[in-house]
Amino acid sequence: MAQVPVDALRIIEGFGPHLSAMTGTRLSTSVDPDRLVKTHCCFCGQQCGIQLKVRGNEVIGFEPWEEFPFNRGMLCPKGVKRYLQGSHPDRLTHALRRDPSSASGFSPLPYADAIARVAGEIARIQQTHGAGAIAVLSGASLTTEKTYLLGKFARVCLKTPFIDYNGRLCMVSAGAANKKAFGIDRATSPWSDMIGTDVIWVAGSNVAECSPITTNYIWQAREQGAKVIVQDPRITPIARTCDLYLPVKPGRDAALFAGVLQIMIERDWLDHDFIRDHTVGFEQVAEYCHAWTLPHTADVTGVPQRAIMQAAEWWGTARTSFLLHARGIEHHSNGVQNSLGTINLVLASGRIGKPNSGYGTIVGQANGQGGREHGQKCDQLPGLRDISNPEHRKHIAGVWGIDEKELPGPGVDAYELFRKIERGEIKGLISICFNPKVSLPDNSFVTRCLERLEFYTAIDFFLNDTAWHADVVLPGSLHEEDEGTVTQVEGRIIKINKAVDCPGEARQDWRIIQDIAHALGRPHGFTFTEPREIFEELRIASKGGVADYSGVTYEKVTQQLGVFWPCYSEDPQTGTRIDDHQGTPRLFERGSYNPVAKGNGPFYFPDGRARFNVAEYRPPVDDGSEEYPIYLTTGRVVSQFLSGTQTRRIGPLVRQYAEPRIEMHPRLAGKLGIADGDWATAETRRGTITLRAQVVTTIRPDTIFIPYHWAGRKSANQVTVAAQDPISKIPQYKVCGCRVRKADAAPEYAAVLEPQQ
Amino acid sequence: MPKPDDLHFFIDPNRCIGCQSCLHACTECDTHRGESMIHLEYVNRSESVQTVPVVCMHCEQPTCAEVCPADAIKRTSDGVVQSARKPRCIACGNCVVACPFGVPELYEDRKIMMKCDMCYDRSSVGRKPMCATVCPSQALFFGTREEIEQLRPQSIPINTFRFGAQTITTQVHMMVPRALATRASYVDVAAAMDERPRSRAVSLKVVDDPFAEVEV
Repeated sequence: MAQVPVDALRIIEGFGPHLSAMTGTRLSTSVDPDRLVKTHCCFCGQQCGIQLKVRGNEVIGFEPWEEFPFNRGMLCPKGVKRYLQGSHPDRLTHALRRDPSSASGFSPLPYADAIARVAGEIARIQQTHGAGAIAVLSGASLTTEKTYLLGKFARVCLKTPFIDYNGRLCMVSAGAANKKAFGIDRATSPWSDMIGTDVIWVAGSNVAECSPITTNYIWQAREQGAKVIVQDPRITPIARTCDLYLPVKPGRDAALFAGVLQIMIERDWLDHDFIRDHTVGFEQVAEYCHAWTLPHTADVTGVPQRAIMQAAEWWGTARTSFLLHARGIEHHSNGVQNSLGTINLVLASGRIGKPNSGYGTIVGQANGQGGREHGQKCDQLPGLRDISNPEHRKHIAGVWGIDEKELPGPGVDAYELFRKIERGEIKGLISICFNPKVSLPDNSFVTRCLERLEFYTAIDFFLNDTAWHADVVLPGSLHEEDEGTVTQVEGRIIKINKAVDCPGEARQDWRIIQDIAHALGRPHGFTFTEPREIFEELRIASKGGVADYSGVTYEKVTQQLGVFWPCYSEDPQTGTRIDDHQGTPRLFERGSYNPVAKGNGPFYFPDGRARFNVAEYRPPVDDGSEEYPIYLTTGRVVSQFLSGTQTRRIGPLVRQYAEPRIEMHPRLAGKLGIADGDWATAETRRGTITLRAQVVTTIRPDTIFIPYHWAGRKSANQVTVAAQDPISKIPQYKVCGCRVRKADAAPEYAAVLEPQQ
Repeated sequence: MPKPDDLHFFIDPNRCIGCQSCLHACTECDTHRGESMIHLEYVNRSESVQTVPVVCMHCEQPTCAEVCPADAIKRTSDGVVQSARKPRCIACGNCVVACPFGVPELYEDRKIMMKCDMCYDRSSVGRKPMCATVCPSQALFFGTREEIEQLRPQSIPINTFRFGAQTITTQVHMMVPRALATRASYVDVAAAMDERPRSRAVSLKVVDDPFAEVEV
């Protein structure tokens, strides 16, 4: 029974999003903190170091942490104001049950009763419909300890194959491409390798708004002589002063990479020795690229020939280079191919595994890297192991103390999981750190699916938009209320430290998971008393896997200010015990040893060679057409984060960019009779969205942009398409056909909702 | 304690990404929590994403102080121009009108002018101001001349500005490119899509000596 209990306005009145403000001790200029807690930001994958000012059980401000090497005190606005998510009027401090008779739709429930109710419903559904009728949705903003525990909880306690996570919306195209090309899924180099490089190519990444600290690395590289190439349909702040801007048409990235590689082949800007000695598959790629002549590439991509030629020349003739990409090329039904296209450019140049030469995908979430390594993904076991691989299964079953036959096989991706709910195959859902009603494409489908569930429980610290459908809401923990590790964008494992206790009956998430396991009468393997114990088990579970954390300890992470995995407890070459392995900042160095190649080469395949993969261009699903002639693309703004569950509740961040707007070029706006600030309606095959127009020259005239952080009628994902990449299953958020018109009138929500609601 | 002589504030608008981290961090300062003493302006958002952070330039002969009828604005021996002194300020707003950089703001509710004091509580003990500490692009930089020379070989700090007949020398330095820009900033995607774009060359004077007083 997962219908929204009462009218949306009543839920919003009760649970927000309302805005936090600097009040009381947080505004006082005379109150000193009791202590400073060194930890990290809770938002993006950069994981900037920060010190939280704590007084009593409240975080009252922040102080820069200038010693942490990645950001040296730098922070974006989200980091500066992150502390205002604590002591928030919307904070859930007790469990809730769905109650249509209550004004806000929910009534408080004692924590123990809530856990008993959840366990009772899970048991009932599993007895009636089988273990696989329960599914778990989790997220990559959780600590690695929690993601590990959730993977184990689904497989060992619930015995269901159906767990997947919101990294499905984020990292999976890059992850799949990395595994196909390198056999390992991690950025190859620390960001400091950028300083001193000849060329930086930023493919589909709004660095300035989505990963602001990376900006300083890019600018510093430029000071030392690097040329910066930016590929984007919009002139984002990083593109404004770049050396070469490639105004690519949404969804045409693989074509651009093929065209550039073709020029490199024609001009012989290739590292033949590297290709011969360290790769396989170049001939097939070269054959595919043959058709991508310069005029054809320009025609398909919308990038002028002169710019494609310039990019190829700079990239082809550089001595050192760094390639970065993000969701701009990954959020596509061709996302894996796009990512492979960039890797082909890197491999053809031979510039990888050396100082000042690297490749990396910029992860979106706090634990975008660590969260994709240890088993909350539907086909994965800890240590980047494969749930279908008999040896991997045996190892993990051994660590978990179960018979390998009891371990479920692969499940399905997060969107397919909703299709299973629609078909009635999944009847019960547990979600944490995931707000699919805002974040999944074509989200009215998600709403319909949620309504079909027999039982749904959400663990969260605020009542997120998806949790409106919950039968029981369990009050979880904020980032600053727990400890653990995350692995940031460079592959550096860092330590999150607890600053305050959970308020009221709220609990640390891992305790809630264990409480459910105990209430189900299945406590085996869920008796951890602190995150450190979970991490110690994770070290053993990951040992021997590609993502080997066995040599990582909390102490080493704290002392070294981060440890890059793999970090071994046993020398992979000799098998002798080592206690002081420092980790692996740079992958694929020539002559390096890894446990897969066993000395045959630097890459993680038995022959030690990287793989060229034919990176085929395919037009987007639901592409621009006569009926829907404009391309809709979506993304972020600097002051908001993901579905806005946290950032739409932080007053100063909301005031910076209060409501979504439809960004369009004056040429398009002029044709449609739309002026800056007018209400405009974008329509796709899924429906319509009406927002104010922002008329700017910094976007392609055939494209509109809508940021996706808002809910309900302001949600960009009402109109995005649920097409997915066939390999990674990432949704195609970055392009679909749409048409735009001046709105007939202001939308109804404008009169009743605050901007953030 | 005065601000150490060897530490200086440098602004490089070319690096600014408009994130407003500086403004948010300014509101966290222990002496004026909840209020930012600095600004961030879009030059013209409809035609560019360019933004400019505006902190107090700390003039050697502060116009704000010169026009103050109540003698409320003081410059400390280390060259930092402080906010108006409470007992003296009459909230006339002369300084707000006169400042050529548009820095001071009048707080009508408290009847006082307040402005950026280079985070005097921090800079006077050798620490970086809040905004320059957090700035993700380091468009706002606080450090020594040796550091800026080493870190920013492409540009030169200047601190002399001419407004009509008035020449102003400031404590805070503005970074200007060392070489003529070979190409203007990207402002219009439509132009970037053209096979033969129109030339938009901008002519800037080139300065050679980093620390000479120059006109631009």
